[in-house]
Amino acid sequence: METEFSDLLCIGAGLAGERVAVEAASNGFKAICLSLVPPRRSHSSAAQGGMQASLGNCAMGDGDSPDIHFEDTVKGSDWGCDQEVARLFVETAPTAVREMALWGIPWNRVVPGKSTYFKGGKQYEKVEAKEKEGLITARSFGGTAKWRTCYTSDGTGHTLLYTMDNRVVELGVKVHDRMEAISLIHDGETCMGAVVRDLKTGKLKAYLAKATLIATGGYGRIYRETTNAVINEGSGAIIALDTGIVPIGNPEAIQFHPTGIVPTHILVTEGCRGDGGTLLDVNENRFMPEYEPEKAELASRDVVSRWMTHHIRKGLGVKGHYGDHLWLDIRHLGAQHIKTKLREVEEICNNFLGIDPITQLIPVRPAQHYTMAGVRTDKDGAAYGLKGLFAAGEAACWDLHGLNRLGGNSLAETIVAGKIIGEKIAGFLKGYDVTFDTGIIKGCVVRELERIERLVSCKDGHEDVYKIRNAMQDELMDRVGIFRNGNDLQKAVDNLQEIYVRAKKVGIRSNWLGASPELALAIKIQGMVRLALCVAYGALQRTESRGCHAREDYDARNDKDWLNRTLATWDEGNTLPTLEYEPVSKVMEIPPGSRGYGASKIISQDGEVTGA
Amino acid sequence: MGRKLKFNIFRYNPLDSNSVPHTDTFHLEETDSMTLFIALTRIREEQDPSLQFDFCCRAGICGSCAMVINGRPDLACKTLTKELPTEITLMPLPVFKLIGDLSVDTGTWFRAMNEKVGSWIHTDKTMDPNVEEERMDNSLAEEIYELERCVECGCCVASCGTANMREDFIGAVALNRIARFMLDPRDQRKEREYFEVIGTDEGIFGCMGLLACEDVCPKDLPLQDQLGILRRKMGWSAVKHLFRFG
Repeated sequence: METEFSDLLCIGAGLAGERVAVEAASNGFKAICLSLVPPRRSHSSAAQGGMQASLGNCAMGDGDSPDIHFEDTVKGSDWGCDQEVARLFVETAPTAVREMALWGIPWNRVVPGKSTYFKGGKQYEKVEAKEKEGLITARSFGGTAKWRTCYTSDGTGHTLLYTMDNRVVELGVKVHDRMEAISLIHDGETCMGAVVRDLKTGKLKAYLAKATLIATGGYGRIYRETTNAVINEGSGAIIALDTGIVPIGNPEAIQFHPTGIVPTHILVTEGCRGDGGTLLDVNENRFMPEYEPEKAELASRDVVSRWMTHHIRKGLGVKGHYGDHLWLDIRHLGAQHIKTKLREVEEICNNFLGIDPITQLIPVRPAQHYTMAGVRTDKDGAAYGLKGLFAAGEAACWDLHGLNRLGGNSLAETIVAGKIIGEKIAGFLKGYDVTFDTGIIKGCVVRELERIERLVSCKDGHEDVYKIRNAMQDELMDRVGIFRNGNDLQKAVDNLQEIYVRAKKVGIRSNWLGASPELALAIKIQGMVRLALCVAYGALQRTESRGCHAREDYDARNDKDWLNRTLATWDEGNTLPTLEYEPVSKVMEIPPGSRGYGASKIISQDGEVTGA
Repeated sequence: MGRKLKFNIFRYNPLDSNSVPHTDTFHLEETDSMTLFIALTRIREEQDPSLQFDFCCRAGICGSCAMVINGRPDLACKTLTKELPTEITLMPLPVFKLIGDLSVDTGTWFRAMNEKVGSWIHTDKTMDPNVEEERMDNSLAEEIYELERCVECGCCVASCGTANMREDFIGAVALNRIARFMLDPRDQRKEREYFEVIGTDEGIFGCMGLLACEDVCPKDLPLQDQLGILRRKMGWSAVKHLFRFG
């Protein structure tokens, strides 16, 4: 058995994983990153919009501060976040952005003088100050009081990822790409690394490390329709849950985006609606004003997504080969506006749909977008339950986002958490030693070899892994989506338990020598269904509506009973997770109140009902 | 009814001693807005689960899915089948090491490239959290971004006459990267230091000027301009070098 040793093993080499590795390497520790794909192809690159940091350089961000960013974040989370973490985050974000400037990000800068911008379909004017010329500027994002989102044109995630990987190359940190961690090596108390499958050769390898970090991003691909990259199947969450000790925090906290294009669910920006785009149904009838007379298409992401789903359920969607969808109409904005202000949208339509949005309608429907859920850690990034295990970025529930994440806070979290947790890990590694128990390592490796052997020899059955995955995705999409209710959730939990039994009978149908994409999926399919069950069961138990979790049968945010965080663990042999709960935050700088947008029915901690 | 599509796909699994390079044929009925991402995923899941290919973002952002499509390197995810004839031939990118079928190892190649050109800001400045960022003109930031848009897909390398003949040629992608850092005032390298990296036959002087790189770049990077500018700069640098030390 080939074995690699390091001080820190980063599972995942997107922005969060690499930022942690950079910090460890800068402190003199040996870090190795594993990645499913060459690191610059990580899903971090797809975050085009930008990252929030309260620099306050631009005119519309004037007077911004970490305090205001903090308030926006806590409100955005619907008071579900850990406020100590949110405070740490907003205070560090400006430094993290400036540090990335030093390392080479071509941030867009303040250009002094007059310019125009669009809001709600109308044009406005602003004046940038001469004395701010050349400082890092920012754009507007939903749910923020100030323009705070720092960006590089339409490729912020891309430039951040390239610059971070440049730093990784400079420091000589090794990234072993096309490597998938399939289980953690641990003795029930301490994590010692991971068993890893080489996706070029199919061989297994043991990676032993004093500290192990999970930074594998979100798990959107357990849903049928998602904006996530195809690699976002939750491998990090799966191996954490598999320990039986480490919990997934708030598994039910899943965010949707209203406008994924059909069939590939690549998202088109909210700017389409912001600039005056409308949503049409099968009769080309504009339906949003019926549901939201005041805001119509400009209501918040989750509200628009919910009404779109509702309208499709009423049978007013457009039938197509890939299921029902709605239309996004930007034709009336005109060629000039589309070609300048919405250039990316035009490109996406041309390249991925083969349609011209200046003359044609765009097929869209809501799609899963972000997992606030993740491996539960403390504010230092240390996972609950296992010493030496950490998590960061979308893979973690740190918990900055609570039940809803603000746009621009996810990209910021990757590098801010990466910086903070990287420092904490460096501190942890100083003077820390661990004995690698060869018996335990061997046991873990043998267990995985046997598991693979059973799959390739079809010892447990001949179930088709793709059919199992599709069945799981359908359950989540249809019953654990944007609108949730007790009946559907119960049905999803029941059906997913049956799917879980079938997942245990998967057998490989094709030549499995080498990388074998079928085997790669088969190895994690049980874990994916377990995750799906955590999402569905967590959602069933949470009998309130908070942030993205919208229960039709419990439409109030219930601070009396549910001002808490779900912790899901998995006991081997069960078909359901074990759920426990903890208070959302030890510190409450801002006590629960009204967000000022979205649904507003609240049951207070004293049991008083407002906004009904 | 959609068109009947015929896919001829290169197959070889180097890890299977019984495998020999050959072509397999698959058939699919075309559906609306079908891209090669949709088509290949369907072929794998419905017809042959062993078929190897690489997609990640499937949105033209990550550069994973470059392959040779009817003789031309391009990103498969942003290739619509309706823009192709009914017979579609797919081959892996040349130059890069084959992993299996349509999947090639671009990761190793690009890491080595990034190491070779020193693809990072060379500076002695360190971070001071209490000081505001250094200012930069927005138009310069946008100029740098224009060259930074490269997604390392490998199309320019696969289509390059020199890269196909000599293994050590660094390719348009590397030359564009150097051009990006030469533009950036934060990088303190002197012209002479860039020259040491690219002023050889492995670098800018290996380019035969065929410019397929410019034709196939899925990001429409201005590679022709950058190669021309670098060649001129490096030519001058070589002359200056001669006078100074000759």
